[in-house]
Amino acid sequence: MHLIIFFVFAGFCLAGAINLLLQTHPINSALSLIVVMTSLAVLYLLLGAEFLAAAQVIVYAGAIMVLFTFVVMLLNAGREERTMGSRTWRAVGFPSAAVILGVLATIILRAQGLGTAGMSQGITSTEDLSKVLFTELLLPFEVTSVLILIAILGAVALARHGSGDPHGIPVPNGNRERTATK
Amino acid sequence: MSSFLSQEVPLSWYLLLSALLFTLGVVGFLIKRNLITVFMSIELMLNGVNLSFVTFAHQWHAVKGQIFVFFVMMVAAAEAAVGLAIIIAVFRARATLAVDRIDLMKL
Repeated sequence: MHLIIFFVFAGFCLAGAINLLLQTHPINSALSLIVVMTSLAVLYLLLGAEFLAAAQVIVYAGAIMVLFTFVVMLLNAGREERTMGSRTWRAVGFPSAAVILGVLATIILRAQGLGTAGMSQGITSTEDLSKVLFTELLLPFEVTSVLILIAILGAVALARHGSGDPHGIPVPNGNRERTATK
Repeated sequence: MSSFLSQEVPLSWYLLLSALLFTLGVVGFLIKRNLITVFMSIELMLNGVNLSFVTFAHQWHAVKGQIFVFFVMMVAAAEAAVGLAIIIAVFRARATLAVDRIDLMKL
């Protein structure tokens, strides 16, 4: 059962990742990335990480991808132009990527003592996870919340319309006008 | 049939999948010509690395590996918010998302 579920969702995962590269429209790439992230959540569940599976769906497939699709629609991003780069760099780039994969695969396949994952093995409960997170790793957790606060402030400051103007008052419908005239 | 149903998956297959996802992310980062899609390829690489973290957490029965993935997710969320805000600011300044035409730091 584990084997079948693994193959199905690993297949979804790879198909989504390859589709992300082949699609020329950003919204199609975003949708295939959602497929990749949701199937990764299932794989996390197979590995016994129940909390991470939920967080993957909520944070990645939910929040982050909504942000991506929102920006794609806001900027009215069209089909990307295929500029075929120089022949030399293509001849260097694709073999280099193949070398990265080859090195990683060799290291993984030669590694000794890797176990197996099955249905019978228990899952790490959220309780176990939170016991460590809120006792031993409390300080990093709080620092992360400060980081997110700073990120929110930075995002608002950057995305505000005409952040360089002295008044700093966002013009209503500024985006709509800009994308409409484009 | 029952032996097939109860068969276990070697953890190296999970690691191979994570290596494949990472490499596809690298290739996407290099070949895509849209700023947003390039950013999506970075998210794909992060996800590939997260999968190997979870696999090793399963291998060593370590909770801290999973907590590391949790932190990576939080940082990725912050990074996505700031990155997309930068993309919006770049689009306002240049009115394009093609990375070939965004090749100067100055306006």
